[in-house]
Amino acid sequence: MSSVKFGIVVFPGSNCDRDVAWVTRGLLGCPTRLIWYAERDLSGLDVVVLPGGFSYGDYLRCGAIARFAPVMGSLQEHVARGGYVLGICNGFQILTEAGLLPGALVRNANLHFICDRVGLRIERQDLLWTGAYPAGATITLPIAHGEGRYTCDPDTLKQLQDQGQIVFRYDPVSPNGSLDQIAGLCSPSGRVLGLMPHPERAADPDLPGQDGIPLWQSILQGLAA
Amino acid sequence: MQFQAQIQIHLRPSVLDPAGVAVQSSLHQLGHTQVQQVRIGKHIQLQLEAPDAETAQKRVGELCDQLLANPVIETYAIRVEPVGS
Repeated sequence: MSSVKFGIVVFPGSNCDRDVAWVTRGLLGCPTRLIWYAERDLSGLDVVVLPGGFSYGDYLRCGAIARFAPVMGSLQEHVARGGYVLGICNGFQILTEAGLLPGALVRNANLHFICDRVGLRIERQDLLWTGAYPAGATITLPIAHGEGRYTCDPDTLKQLQDQGQIVFRYDPVSPNGSLDQIAGLCSPSGRVLGLMPHPERAADPDLPGQDGIPLWQSILQGLAA
Repeated sequence: MQFQAQIQIHLRPSVLDPAGVAVQSSLHQLGHTQVQQVRIGKHIQLQLEAPDAETAQKRVGELCDQLLANPVIETYAIRVEPVGS
């Protein structure tokens, strides 16, 4: 039983919230609280997860409306006091809309919704999120998104590269046309991570593919240290 | 006064618009090979109360910056007209 406390925000339209809880509570045995988007209390949580899905039906733009949910003010405070945030897929989109991560996620270059498994290269291994992966590891994780093509202006890209904020790159090919093969990135402090692939869907030993497990184990190891 | 605002939102020219590219290629297949640079955007129409057109224009700009458009990837154009009268 680990003492790392997870919170998972449930927006109207989130559909990977229970998948994440299955991992954090079910497989890791961590205290896990599902947080309705209208709540404001994030006290006592170590890691807040924004799960995948279609918050507010993805109307206007993915994540644009979720950004203004009441819980998001508390999330900004959680970040300001040094808390950790993980945004997966739609959660990543919400983090960029909220300005917690730079850039934006737009329609896949081929216009298709892609549901597949993709190769990823782990660019940093010194983060809370990646410590349990071997350095330079190439892994396979599932993706399922229609708007996962990362884009930003050239200055921002240079900053991401110079400050080592790119954490996951599609390898060998980007399925969605992402700039610089970017599949996931972190804030300069490394405490906020957003990624399009789904590490929670590759964690249960009863399912094929377990390359997501080390990400969750990294968190436990990192916060126990 | 009531004003009606017409808002056009487009992806910035530097951002690939795959829907526009797909439509352009379909138009070419139909023989309209003279068509170039198709860009697909969003049209938002809304009504609002404001003392004058200038204020209405300014407020709609704020709405665009805050929610309706994402300035990282999109540009917008606003046209404001009085309703009724």
